[in-house]
Amino acid sequence: MSDTSIKPRIEKVPLSEQFFQKLPVLLVPMLALGGLVAIGSPDSWLTLTVAGLAMGMMIFIMASGLTVVFGLMDVINFGHGAFVAVGAFVGFTVLAWLAGWTTSPSVMLNLFAVLIAILAAMLVTGLLGYAFERVIVMPVYGEHLKQILVTMGGLIVAQQMIYVVWGPDELHLSRPEALKGSFVIGEAAIEKYRLVAVGIGLALFLAMRHILKSTKVGLLVRAGVENGEMVEALGYRIRRLFLIVFMTGSALAGLGGVMWGLYQETITAHMGSEIMVLVFIVVIIGGLGSVEGCFIGALLVGLLANYTAFLAPKVALISTIALMVAILMWRPQGLYPVVKAK
Amino acid sequence: MMTDTLLSLSGVHTHIGPYHILQGVDLDVPKGGVTVLLGRNGAGKTTTLRTIMGLWKASQGDVRFGDHVISRLDTPEISRRGIAFVPEDMGIFTDLTVAENMLLAAANGPMDQKRLAWIKDLFPPIGTFWNSSAGTLSGGQKQMLAVARAIIEPRRLILIDEPTKGLAPAIINSMTDALRELKNTDTTILLVEQNFTMASSVGDTVAVMDDGRIIHAGSMKELAEDADLQEQLMGLSLEAHQ
Amino acid sequence: MLTKLFSGDTPRSGLLTVLLLIVLVSLAFAPFLFPGTKSLETAARICIFIVLVASYDLLLGYSGIVSFAHTMFFGIGAYGTALALSSTGPSYWSMIWGTAAGAVLAAAFALAIGLFSLRVKAIFFAMVTLAVASAFAVLVSQMSWLTGGEDGLNYKIPRELTPAFKLVKEKVLGVRINGKLLAYYLVFFASAILFLMMLRIVNSPFGRTLKAVRDNAFRAEAIGYRVVWYRTTATVLSAVMAALAGSLLAIWLRYTGPATTLSMEIMIDILLMVVIGGMGTLYGAVLGATIFILAQTYLHNLMGVAADATSAVPLVSTLIAPERWLLWLGVLFILSVYFFPTGIVGRLRAGRA
Repeated sequence: MSDTSIKPRIEKVPLSEQFFQKLPVLLVPMLALGGLVAIGSPDSWLTLTVAGLAMGMMIFIMASGLTVVFGLMDVINFGHGAFVAVGAFVGFTVLAWLAGWTTSPSVMLNLFAVLIAILAAMLVTGLLGYAFERVIVMPVYGEHLKQILVTMGGLIVAQQMIYVVWGPDELHLSRPEALKGSFVIGEAAIEKYRLVAVGIGLALFLAMRHILKSTKVGLLVRAGVENGEMVEALGYRIRRLFLIVFMTGSALAGLGGVMWGLYQETITAHMGSEIMVLVFIVVIIGGLGSVEGCFIGALLVGLLANYTAFLAPKVALISTIALMVAILMWRPQGLYPVVKAK
Repeated sequence: MMTDTLLSLSGVHTHIGPYHILQGVDLDVPKGGVTVLLGRNGAGKTTTLRTIMGLWKASQGDVRFGDHVISRLDTPEISRRGIAFVPEDMGIFTDLTVAENMLLAAANGPMDQKRLAWIKDLFPPIGTFWNSSAGTLSGGQKQMLAVARAIIEPRRLILIDEPTKGLAPAIINSMTDALRELKNTDTTILLVEQNFTMASSVGDTVAVMDDGRIIHAGSMKELAEDADLQEQLMGLSLEAHQ
Repeated sequence: MLTKLFSGDTPRSGLLTVLLLIVLVSLAFAPFLFPGTKSLETAARICIFIVLVASYDLLLGYSGIVSFAHTMFFGIGAYGTALALSSTGPSYWSMIWGTAAGAVLAAAFALAIGLFSLRVKAIFFAMVTLAVASAFAVLVSQMSWLTGGEDGLNYKIPRELTPAFKLVKEKVLGVRINGKLLAYYLVFFASAILFLMMLRIVNSPFGRTLKAVRDNAFRAEAIGYRVVWYRTTATVLSAVMAALAGSLLAIWLRYTGPATTLSMEIMIDILLMVVIGGMGTLYGAVLGATIFILAQTYLHNLMGVAADATSAVPLVSTLIAPERWLLWLGVLFILSVYFFPTGIVGRLRAGRA
């Protein structure tokens, strides 16, 4: 019984290897620096970098739910984009009702209106997530092929229902007064809303990290990602956990939808499937199931998309595909491959 | 001799995909003490444990635990009735720390500190590496953590699948000691084991499986003393451990 | 002889054989049985989609791989032929080299995508193809100097394949024997040959291994099959077939644009046709494509009539308006995956057994 002499296997990792392990995190500043060199003008660079970070944060919000759902239950939801669109439409509808508040000069009323819109959107998309999980995903759990097909079908139906409810036209809405306009730093103009988006995204990322690292539900999610069977054998109903995560992911997609809508000030029913392309790229880059990877992937895609849109507008989308290909060549499972017991 | 039966399988069949693994298993696990399940590789020992745990569903037959049939229940439900499972691959959450692994294992609320102290005494590495990532533990330490998780809350039955597989002799000894100590508490253990030396040193009763059925059941002492019977029942599995 | 033509893979169901014969005869004599421009258009579309859907079934049904890039390959074939015809004039030579170039490019693309994304997981491939295909569609609509952008390309094809060319002066059985008719038979026979080729492929040792890989990749790998190689080859074959179908479409329509070849809507149509017809049967592609396109062409109008008739009931008329065609397709799609995973062909064959 004297086993204390056995040390855990924490080998000293050589410096070069440590560098390689940290490399994914360093990719973001490296890309930003590369952007500075390519763009030349620090002012344009600053504007584009803030825009890129804002875009990245919004994609992260939308993608995070998808990646956790995949990690936990091996379910990839091709209908995730529908939640983005529905969230945006609900948010816009609420903001339109609260037009008195959004146009008022009072910052408090402005933000309050946005808050209510966000909560409404998250509530609706969360409930929609519940229905989606029960009706669409649950019957085909464990069968990838059917999952892809059925969730794709769910996306089509949800997008069409948006047409039925909100009509065929795109909606326009201007941002509340408090979120309009820009700060000017030197020659660089930084839109207020982008800073807000960065703030919300960062806060959400930190909150998510905290939940995953320090709460029991978070621990269960992480344990479930690695070995769901063992979580059940310990007495936890993983299906219920999964439902909670699925609904949270859907609600986050709804939040992302409102934020994206306010960013573009125009929304269409098929915005979901357009954004899904970016979301998929981000999730693949980060490593399916990894929240950290998703965050870094989202920032990389956001920055790269904005830099290339400035430098060579025609290849903006192609550049993100190229990034994905490059990263898959380097790490075939994405930046942070997720450990699976089976 | 304790004759109360805690767990009994009657005519249990289990299919995995197209394979018919358990072909009518009848097994009684008496209350208290250690029942060892022996048999060569592929005989269906692991499948038996997983079927009891509800991880694979029995297609026929019943599993009774105490007074209730549990073979229709889901795994979490079975776990909450007081059965713990230590799988062959140990099922450690390597992404979590030792402390977090233990915290999740205490599914019914905060850990009982007295019990935890007893476990740390039983398996000193648990205390030593309390805040380390479980992924950095050695194989033996992971096995200790796996057993520790199973006993952090009082359980009526613990299913353990080959706890000595691939471990160094010194660690096998400490694992054997721990199982002996567990016997003194009010816990019943169903142990799958290929290592006959260990099996015979902790086992009270024994069942031998082959081809998805129980081919022998009786007391461990009898089997340990009868070399012919050993030879006849499991020539293969004895060779395997030498 | 006939069995050999079908590579030993006969329909294996009386009713299925009858249905397939009806389709075959209707398509073979379409210009005479159903005179009129619209029905000829529909018949040609059915021929082309049978090839396209069958080539997708090669992936989805026989290899268990979900790809969202099938329209991309279809488009590459169509644009290859279209660009050749519009840049080097309406000769047969342009048609041939354009078609060949499209097929080669599709193969190269499929090889690249397959090699770097099929190593991991089916789900990975689905996501990667979705991203690549939508990027390709954006690229095509942006490179308007080459592709005509959203407007697409109009071009001439060899005169012998246009209505202006009269083969026989008089009508035969009330039908004008002109170049359009020749073009239709070009499409029909090319489609028939391509379909029989695919039937040959799936019934070859290669096809059987493909199914073994689909059913249990792990086991196939253990036996010693190079799973990635088989999957990638299937992807390439399927892409080439899709590109050839695209070329046929380009020749038939004398127009190629994003809406007719690359749109996500066509991708969804293909998915639906495969699932309705029956995955992994090839014959399912014939029935799926035929029924779907007939419904699309004729049911669409019916929905318009029904929506007008119910215009007094607000929600109902919105729900059954022709624009909501996709909504019902989506519902139908989900229901068929749940309740008819083997599709019409699977049902018919099961009914016989």
